[in-house]
Amino acid sequence: MDVGQMQRQLVEYTKSLFIEGYLDSQFLQLQQLQDESNPSFVAEVVSLFFEDSERILKDLTFALEQKIIDFKKVDAHVHQFKGSSSSIGAQRVKNACIAFRGYCEEQNVNSCTRCLQQVKQEYFIVKNKLETLFRLEHQIIGAGGSIPMVELSF
Amino acid sequence: MASSSSSSSPNWVMENNGVMPHVLAVDDNLIDRKLVEKLLKNSSCKVTTAENGPRALELLGLASDEENTLKGTGSKVNMIITDYCMPGMTGYELLKKIKKSSIMKEVPVVIMSSENIPTRVNKCLEEGAQMFIQKPLKQSDVKKLTCQLMNCRG
Repeated sequence: MDVGQMQRQLVEYTKSLFIEGYLDSQFLQLQQLQDESNPSFVAEVVSLFFEDSERILKDLTFALEQKIIDFKKVDAHVHQFKGSSSSIGAQRVKNACIAFRGYCEEQNVNSCTRCLQQVKQEYFIVKNKLETLFRLEHQIIGAGGSIPMVELSF
Repeated sequence: MASSSSSSSPNWVMENNGVMPHVLAVDDNLIDRKLVEKLLKNSSCKVTTAENGPRALELLGLASDEENTLKGTGSKVNMIITDYCMPGMTGYELLKKIKKSSIMKEVPVVIMSSENIPTRVNKCLEEGAQMFIQKPLKQSDVKKLTCQLMNCRG
């Protein structure tokens, strides 16, 4: 594959992530913050997001395994997760967190457990997608090309 | 060193004499801290971050431990931007403490929140917050803020 083909592949892939709702415009905000003075800003923030998210998921799993569940604590964790996923533009994760908070309020154990599974799933999917995105970018740079700006008109 | 505004001009407009404004950003979320820091730096601000209210008060010289302050390093803070929802001391409580202090009460405080709840917004504004911004933060929000702070138009 030549650089041009790789670039087109990256653009199509990126667009699909927005169209399918995995990412929203906040991710574009992150990309726009990246410049020569900080060329790996997006990767750094996303990497922090991965670390932070996996810690939160561990804490959530633990909290929901307790005999007596502290729903306030569970809600606090989900609130954190909703915040960070929203800040990087991980739309589906954010939406799953919003639903989760609703069930925390109801103090519904079964629904909360289901929500946790949903949030985990969405998180691992978007993690996978973003890792693929970064891999495609690295390939292009490795081949001496530059990362094309994705223009979204929807 | 930044000079403070004269009593005739609104305290929102700091006459900086071309010196970079120094902003203290407070947020318990690691990703949000990194994001707000970059947004502020992109708007030509010097940034210090704190992960909670008590730490912010320490840095401002409002806690009992006077040695551990920014003022000690000669770096006057021109604006404080804080998250509303933080464990322990909320952004609202931090705002009140700042407005009660004789040394810091003129410094503009901006509150950020993911939840746009009218009663929350109103009580912050009533307590003297300069502005209430919705998260996730965008470059345009921060540019508007810092532009006002640096006394420029548009």
